Amino acid sequence: MTLRIEIDNLAKHFGEIKAVDGVSFSVNKGEVLGFLGPNGAGKSTTMKMVTGFLTPTSGTVRVCGHDVLEDPISVKANLGYLPEGAPAYADMTPDGFLRFIADVRGLSGAAKQYAVEHAAERAQIKHVMFQPIETLSKGYKRRVGLAQAILHNPPVLILDEPTDGLDPNQKHEVRTLINEMSHDKAIIISTHILEEVHALCHRNVLIANGKLKFDGTPNELEAMSRYHNAVCVAVANVDNDKVLSFLKSLAYIASVEELSGTRGFRVYPQQGKQITAELSQSIRDNNWDISSLHAENGRLDEVFRTITMGSNK
Amino acid sequence: MNMSNIWFIMKRELSGYFATPVAYVFIISFLLLTGFSTFFVGNFFERGEADLYPFFSIHPWIYVLLIPAISMRLWSEERKSGSIELLMTLPVSVFEAVLGKFFAAWLFTGLALFLNFPLWITVNYLGSPDNGVIITGFLGSFLMAGGFLAIGACVSATTKNQVIAFVLSLIVSLIFVLSGYGIVLDFFSSWAPKVLVDAISSFSFLTHFDAISKGVIDLRDMFYFASVIFVWLFANAIVVNARKAD
Repeated sequence: MTLRIEIDNLAKHFGEIKAVDGVSFSVNKGEVLGFLGPNGAGKSTTMKMVTGFLTPTSGTVRVCGHDVLEDPISVKANLGYLPEGAPAYADMTPDGFLRFIADVRGLSGAAKQYAVEHAAERAQIKHVMFQPIETLSKGYKRRVGLAQAILHNPPVLILDEPTDGLDPNQKHEVRTLINEMSHDKAIIISTHILEEVHALCHRNVLIANGKLKFDGTPNELEAMSRYHNAVCVAVANVDNDKVLSFLKSLAYIASVEELSGTRGFRVYPQQGKQITAELSQSIRDNNWDISSLHAENGRLDEVFRTITMGSNK
Repeated sequence: MNMSNIWFIMKRELSGYFATPVAYVFIISFLLLTGFSTFFVGNFFERGEADLYPFFSIHPWIYVLLIPAISMRLWSEERKSGSIELLMTLPVSVFEAVLGKFFAAWLFTGLALFLNFPLWITVNYLGSPDNGVIITGFLGSFLMAGGFLAIGACVSATTKNQVIAFVLSLIVSLIFVLSGYGIVLDFFSSWAPKVLVDAISSFSFLTHFDAISKGVIDLRDMFYFASVIFVWLFANAIVVNARKAD
């Protein structure tokens, strides 16, 4: 494991407002870290401090061993950064823009040519390379920004909402690209699209009101849901009341919820245990037919709400 | 300081001028204004002298009006579009970016100035002027343009709004010119001690440019413009650092 990004007790105050308030986490090589939180939680502010754009009020950031305050140029040389909204020079073409980035990144000659073509290919912007950026659609602008970030094959990537405003196909392409790159890089992506937690991330950090609320794997995040390991079950040809009283009588079940229509019941296990097999056996012991049975992993949106809303109080 | 970074930023900025009509509009307006004022305000022909004094003496006033139009976009556009976040997270120092942008604008102004060369040919065709004086005139004008640009670049970093940047640069530039203008100095000399009047006058672009445009190369005048440029660019870097994320 190679530690690529180390963030220690990072804080940024704007006057009285504590935009980021003592956040610590780290990212290893080969890891995609999903940076979650509601709008205004401090995600972008944190990323701006990691990339050296904003100066922290206190705390330290190290990227590939370089301190962002002591050696900002080395930090920036090791980073690829897609700022929020993917700003670019609107009157340039993607070709001219990427060549400028390559120049400043110290690439020249064949290496520059290869870097520009390779980045354009990976971001799938080859056919718009000679149109002014201002005439491109939102999706293409985002991909131009992405091409710029990956151009010099940096060991660390910081992507602020890389899939925001893209259509489902484009989102899929960008996620595929990030997955492909993840094995030899340390990547932070910020998002509030929860489906990306599973599609992309190896680990998640959740912040709200500038404070760190969670740091763990997507599965651990789901396990915090009250729906974690809950089982939805429907029994055919048996009276609902009879099934309900039977389910309530089982020792390993904490509570039962009747679902609307004929979809059956949702049962919650004691202490969040896995009960699918046990439950299926118990029902069949009654000689009842199970018409459907499935366990839930947990609901991220519910966990997200619980964690972030709870912090407002 | 990484010279190649300054070069790349300058190159990008300069190509930006020609990607839009800005460059052509500016150059044509500049040539029209200098031409018009040389012949009609400066009475180039009626004077009957083979020099370009009427041409150069109008430059401070043309620069006050036109240089802010070049400098206003230098930083305020970066801040408005958010591209400043991109620029400042590239492995480039603030001062490299400040210099790159400044040199681009200065070189561009130099090009516009150079395109006045037909006037130089004209005066050589009509008479036999002292070409040394004319060359120092161009040099002085170029230096002075750098001073105006440095002011404008710094002001441009203070706001996201290009119109505000234009108006503020125009006012600050005007102050730097007017402090050497006869009427203003007369106003002060009627009551203020001579030391103060001299101090005010010595801050003026007009005072320092006048000598150069007459062919007198005084190191103090050169040093004056160089330090104006340096001080304003230094302030520019400080302002960019302080306001980049606002």
